[in-house]
Amino acid sequence: MSTMAVPDIAVAPVDEGFWTRSRKVGLTLLALGLLSAVLFGALATDQQARFTLSDDAAGAALEINGTIGAILFGIITVAAGAALLAGVPKRWFLPVLGVGLVAFVLSFLCWQVSAAPTGQNFMPLVNIIRGTFILALPLIFGALAGVLCERSGVVNVAIEGQLLMGAFSGALFGSISGSVWVGLVAAAIGGAFISLLLAVFAIRYLVDQVVMGIVLNLLAVGVTGFLYERLMQTDAAKYNSAPRFSNWEIPLLKDIPVLGPALFRGNIFLYLGLLLVLVIHIGLFRTRWGLRTRSVGEHPIAADTLGVKVLRVRYRNVLLAGVVAGIGGASYTLALYSFTKNMIGGKGFIALAALIFGRWNPTGALLAALFFGFADQLATYLGAINSVIPSQFLAMLPYLATILAVAGLVGRVRAPAADGKPYIKG
Amino acid sequence: MEPGEIHALLGENGAGKSTLMNVLYGLYQPDEGEILVDGKPLKLKGPSDAIGAGIGMVHQHFMLVPVFTVTENIMLGAEQIRGGIAGFLDRRRARREVTEVSERYNLRVDPDAVIEDLPVGIQQRVEIVKALTRDVDLLILDEPTAVLTPQETEELLTVMRSLKAAGKSIVFITHKLGEVKAIADRITVIRRGKTVGTASPEASRDELAALMVGRNVRLTVDKTPATPGDPVLEVAGLVVDDDRQIRAVDGVDLTVRAGEVLGVAGVQGNGQTELIEAIMGLRPVLAGTISLTGDRINGWKPKRVLRAGVGYVPEDRSVDGLIKEFSVAENLVLDIYDRPPFGAGLALKPDAIAASAKERIEQFDVRTSSADAAVGTLSGGNQQKVIVARELSRPLKLLIAAQPTRGVDVGSIEFIHSQVIRERDIGTAVMVVSSELDEVIGLADRIAVMYRGRIIGIVGPDTPREEIGLLMAGISPDAAHDAIAAPAADEPGAATAADSPGVADGSPANDAGSASEDEA
Repeated sequence: MSTMAVPDIAVAPVDEGFWTRSRKVGLTLLALGLLSAVLFGALATDQQARFTLSDDAAGAALEINGTIGAILFGIITVAAGAALLAGVPKRWFLPVLGVGLVAFVLSFLCWQVSAAPTGQNFMPLVNIIRGTFILALPLIFGALAGVLCERSGVVNVAIEGQLLMGAFSGALFGSISGSVWVGLVAAAIGGAFISLLLAVFAIRYLVDQVVMGIVLNLLAVGVTGFLYERLMQTDAAKYNSAPRFSNWEIPLLKDIPVLGPALFRGNIFLYLGLLLVLVIHIGLFRTRWGLRTRSVGEHPIAADTLGVKVLRVRYRNVLLAGVVAGIGGASYTLALYSFTKNMIGGKGFIALAALIFGRWNPTGALLAALFFGFADQLATYLGAINSVIPSQFLAMLPYLATILAVAGLVGRVRAPAADGKPYIKG
Repeated sequence: MEPGEIHALLGENGAGKSTLMNVLYGLYQPDEGEILVDGKPLKLKGPSDAIGAGIGMVHQHFMLVPVFTVTENIMLGAEQIRGGIAGFLDRRRARREVTEVSERYNLRVDPDAVIEDLPVGIQQRVEIVKALTRDVDLLILDEPTAVLTPQETEELLTVMRSLKAAGKSIVFITHKLGEVKAIADRITVIRRGKTVGTASPEASRDELAALMVGRNVRLTVDKTPATPGDPVLEVAGLVVDDDRQIRAVDGVDLTVRAGEVLGVAGVQGNGQTELIEAIMGLRPVLAGTISLTGDRINGWKPKRVLRAGVGYVPEDRSVDGLIKEFSVAENLVLDIYDRPPFGAGLALKPDAIAASAKERIEQFDVRTSSADAAVGTLSGGNQQKVIVARELSRPLKLLIAAQPTRGVDVGSIEFIHSQVIRERDIGTAVMVVSSELDEVIGLADRIAVMYRGRIIGIVGPDTPREEIGLLMAGISPDAAHDAIAAPAADEPGAATAADSPGVADGSPANDAGSASEDEA
């Protein structure tokens, strides 16, 4: 080729000017920190805020004077915000942001705990962590079902229906057979049944996937509601009293302080959920199955020209999603409660939000689910200590955060390119 | 096909070239007939059968997953695996294979780069490497140069020669005559789904063009010398940014007079698009003035610019020029649907629209099954004629045509060019922006060359194409002139002239052609 310089149309780096995203976030954090140091500091009392390392007020605890704590943690948030504002290397952005947000929450808690009625100035950490995971569990399963489906290019709005059908089948067949394991398999099949309908209509008959998902949710509510009233309630002892998985203590891990009693004395669903996050994450990014799944979700035509069977991959993933969500539904009826009408109560949609908040990434979805679970648990806790903050207000916050996240505050959120687009050969 | 042969498949748009090749690649199933490989008939149920039979294809629209790395794209469908049924990807082995193949054929790619960050030319290289890692003997390139700059095109031709030297056969689908003559060993011409003839690369351009369209076409544009009148468009000190807020137009001054064609030449991406969009009011003007017959039109909305008597043929007809789902008739009145006689108050007048459509379709030779057919069902050339028909149906002071014949067949090119000249001859100022140097030279009365957001020189239409090529490469007018005057003395300059801009045809292409013969 020519030795001469040809016109060089090099792409210059995008110059965002001074106000990069990192700086904007830093400024917001700084303002939050100031607010917490001043406002929470002023509202907090001189009571000790105790964070006990157990289920109740007893035992060892981390203690700090309420006012001092609220101000101190507020200042940490300010510092984190200032660091981002001053400019930190890119890989430090998320850790610094994390520290700032955690400190903000702690500042808030110092105020709340210290201002609680006398005798209730403590927060049982084991209890809070366990509650967070329990509340997050259906979201984890649901969001994973979303990941499996949407990474292959099929929008899964039917998570709610899959969870509900799983919960119902688990309860019904667990009760009839008297075996938790039969119940578990039945729950997986129940979820997969909703998935099968989604797959056939979305992939084979090209029905709009969002509309189909909504219809399936309504169908699941209708079918399970009908069978609940006409079948289960006629003889609850026979049809709606499934055996429950007992708690399994994991040797060694159960003795870790705080985390041991909070997490490793739980039931099979908790372990299964965490394991699935790991398996799906590794599977998606390290295996042939994952590469093909992602290619089909991003650019199905390209995958097809390389001999990847697009529709087969989609069918398989949608069905797998149903299995995962079905088991998630059973985490209610085979461990906690008996079946009641519409018992999932919208958690499937929150799982969808966790999926988006977690950027279609299994680990991200786990963190988002835990965030939602924590907010939920915190609302319960604040109710118990008669906080001045209405618990409904707290319950609203996670969704506000989701809207901000989807609007791009936490970086560009990008769905798989072919998500929701049916593939028509030729 | 013989081993180690470059076989060009030449035909107009819609002649059936791509369909034929998609059958060869197993994407479509043949209704009749059979494919023979090494004398044996071959049944292709899908692309994997084709790959198995040693057939690889680089599609016109690249089949690459934008968010994947180069290695991931190349290994997809033929993944290297370790760890048994779990099927863990062996990225290290895959990366090594990519490096190996790309070095063997001198196709340098970074195996860890993400596709969406790569320029189009490199993406195409990835596609070729992808096919080569699958051990293909026959490589099908479907309109590979449609998206490339002249430089990238020249690089591609070099790559094709080295593949040929390595014993690979190549089917090269195109409608650009210059490239065919430069590279092909054998040429098959297809028209309306039938082979109409084979030719050798020595056949003249006129002969090939005649075979393609079925009648003799003129490749030069017939026109009389221009009689320029008063300035119509005056641009002074114009500064415009592109979508990424990077300076794209950096102080452009130019004037277009009534009754002349100003051609704007340049490698794509040197600010031509942004210049036009700023004039049309589609892009904010950061500094400078644009005036139309004395009125300052900076900051006018596009509609007002159009109503002031500016015709606009946009660069990408499918995005900016037409609404594909709308009918031909509707697309013909997109600019004036709300005005009499086509609209009154809230209502449209379907009869008036239909009547005018009928007239336009006839006048502009738009080949469509009916005026009510969706415009997206028409061939590229006929879609472009719809746009030209619409824009030229208003009384114009200024016509701006960007890439007016991109992806258009030879017959339509000829027609569109004649319409542009006809518009000039009735006294309209015309500005033609094209990355096809031939088109600019053929149409323009004056040629402005854009380089990195500036007009680097304005020359007459008789300037040697080598000199314009050097201008496009950013060599200042005087230096370019000297380089052409004494090519032997200035080796690098001469090399560029032969290499880069004039790929489309003419003497550089002939040079390239003889080079390939030497290698063979």
